[in-house]
Amino acid sequence: MTTMSSAEHTRRDFLYIATGAVGAVGAAAVAWPLVSQMNPDASTVAAGAPIEVDLAPVAEGQVIKVFWRGKPIFITHRTKKEIDDARNVTVASLPDPQSDEQRVKPGKDQWLVLVGICTHLGCIPIAHQGSYDGYFCPCHGSVYDTSGRIRSGPAPTNLPLPPYEFVSDTKIRIG
Amino acid sequence: MSGHSTYQPQGAFMKWMERRLPIVSLVHSSFVAYPTPRNLNYWWTFGGILSLMLMVQIITGIVLVMHYTPHETLAFSSIEHIMRDVNYGWLIRYLHANGAAMFFLAVYIHIFRGMYYGSYKDPREVLWILGVIIYVLMMATGFMGYVLPWGQMSFWAATVITNLFSAIPVVGETIVTWLWGGYSVGNPTLQRFFSLHYLLPFAIVGVVVLHVWALHVVGQNNPTGVEPKSEKDTVPFTPHATVKDGFMMVVFLIVYAWFVFYLPNYLGHADNYIPANPAVTPAHIVPEWYYLPFYAILRAIPDKLMGVIALFASILILAFLPWLDTSKVRSARYRPLYRQFFWIFVAVCIGLGWLGAKPAEGGYVIAARVLTFYYFAHFLIVLPLLGMFEKTRPLPNSISESVLGGQSKA
Ligand code: HEM
Ligand code: FES
Repeated sequence: MTTMSSAEHTRRDFLYIATGAVGAVGAAAVAWPLVSQMNPDASTVAAGAPIEVDLAPVAEGQVIKVFWRGKPIFITHRTKKEIDDARNVTVASLPDPQSDEQRVKPGKDQWLVLVGICTHLGCIPIAHQGSYDGYFCPCHGSVYDTSGRIRSGPAPTNLPLPPYEFVSDTKIRIG
Repeated sequence: MSGHSTYQPQGAFMKWMERRLPIVSLVHSSFVAYPTPRNLNYWWTFGGILSLMLMVQIITGIVLVMHYTPHETLAFSSIEHIMRDVNYGWLIRYLHANGAAMFFLAVYIHIFRGMYYGSYKDPREVLWILGVIIYVLMMATGFMGYVLPWGQMSFWAATVITNLFSAIPVVGETIVTWLWGGYSVGNPTLQRFFSLHYLLPFAIVGVVVLHVWALHVVGQNNPTGVEPKSEKDTVPFTPHATVKDGFMMVVFLIVYAWFVFYLPNYLGHADNYIPANPAVTPAHIVPEWYYLPFYAILRAIPDKLMGVIALFASILILAFLPWLDTSKVRSARYRPLYRQFFWIFVAVCIGLGWLGAKPAEGGYVIAARVLTFYYFAHFLIVLPLLGMFEKTRPLPNSISESVLGGQSKA
């Protein structure tokens, strides 16, 4: 053995590399399910199916909360003043520039549908509060306007809009 | 300096055992004959207190698990069941909850002791870094334990802390969904936190073993910061350190018992006795007191990503302390300027803690920004410069000279 040149490829070298390669593939094959089991499971995904909400009982000025995928969805029946407030701003001056028109469905200016989760660290803002009379997050003081756009505080972006559509004049489907 | 064991096995069985598993002589050389500097003061007793508290948390925790149910619909009521129905359940739970606070109190004293006496310097860098790892694991364990009762504070603490990861660009949201096992904090989150809350203390035990091993390789520092040079500078661990440690443990346990029996909820938040409600965030959410300085740093920074980076950096910077402090002299006793900056730093940490409990508005935010800046400046500006410009006082030639020679009182 001692006389064998190390430059020469031996059967042991082959076994060494082959074993290492199979071992690496095996380790990756085991790591995948171990990581994947942490992701939402089938029942959670199934529970995330679209929901329908009837808007008829929501009075002007009222905000209702519904849950979709465990997230609170704020549905606000905005007053004329709230809509005007949201539109009387220079869009370019906002931290996350978006016009109010981009945040509602055409012809449905009064209905604002938001994911009610602060984009900072996930607390739930309180409606009709803060200096813009929109939404105020009690956790670290983010202030959103009547269009759910971030105006001040640590939150980086506007309150997100869930995917939704009007299935009739007074009914929406979220999801 | 780890000193050879003077242990001589007595009797046939002990001799038989010694040749097969020399565990008795290991314990003897580590905790009986082990030479400790003769001038250690009471600040050196907190390592033992920490070991004791770790055991207390593990024992009370295992008992609590016998009655607790990790499920979103049952967790809160199983805690009430422990409080009302289980024999002495209230005691076990209050011991565990207040035990966590006392554990953190002890670790903060232990860390500040290390900072004052320069215990992180050559050759104790690895010992120090293992300590920082223990501290980070403690924070993770404490956080996940706090989620288990599934009260309002539990739920919103889980939400806010996991959302820290959403600040990561591009993959943030994916990571957060993966952490939650859902689209929001829910039952899968609770169950995995429970699993990890059970696991991590044993990981801490493992790192503590490494920490104590490293300690016994390099030896303890001491109030002079001068390494022991001769037999005269040390005394055997038993009885000297054993008695001193034991005495302080009892004093510490009295304070602990006072909280458990007279102020069991003083350090907690009343809102956590309201079951978790994903629809409403409590008006004032604040973490437990031992996280408050870091919470203040997070909130001091008006940008989400930068705030999260500052939060993590404020903890990780501790690991670099051995290299940021450029002074060759260890103990603050012989560093007149450092000693003042040390106390300013302690005051800044306490100030940040106080601000972390206040609402994030107006003057509080400005104050938090100033103190956050100072916190980092202490490590990145003050310490490197002090090492270059500070005129240190002369060191004693040896520990025994400083103790018996009657000079250089701190
Ligand atoms: C569960 C937590 C911990 C336990 C059980 C623990 C245990 C101990 C013990 C038994 C000692 C020896 C006695 C003493 O000097 O007090 C010690 C020393 C030490 N520990 Fe810890 N420790 C913990 C956490 C930490 C942390 C978080 C740090 C720093 C970030 C740290 C840094 C040190 C240093 C530098 C020493 C050497 C001190 C010296 O001799 O001057 N430890 N530890
Ligand atoms: S979570 Fe809303 S401001 Fe931080």
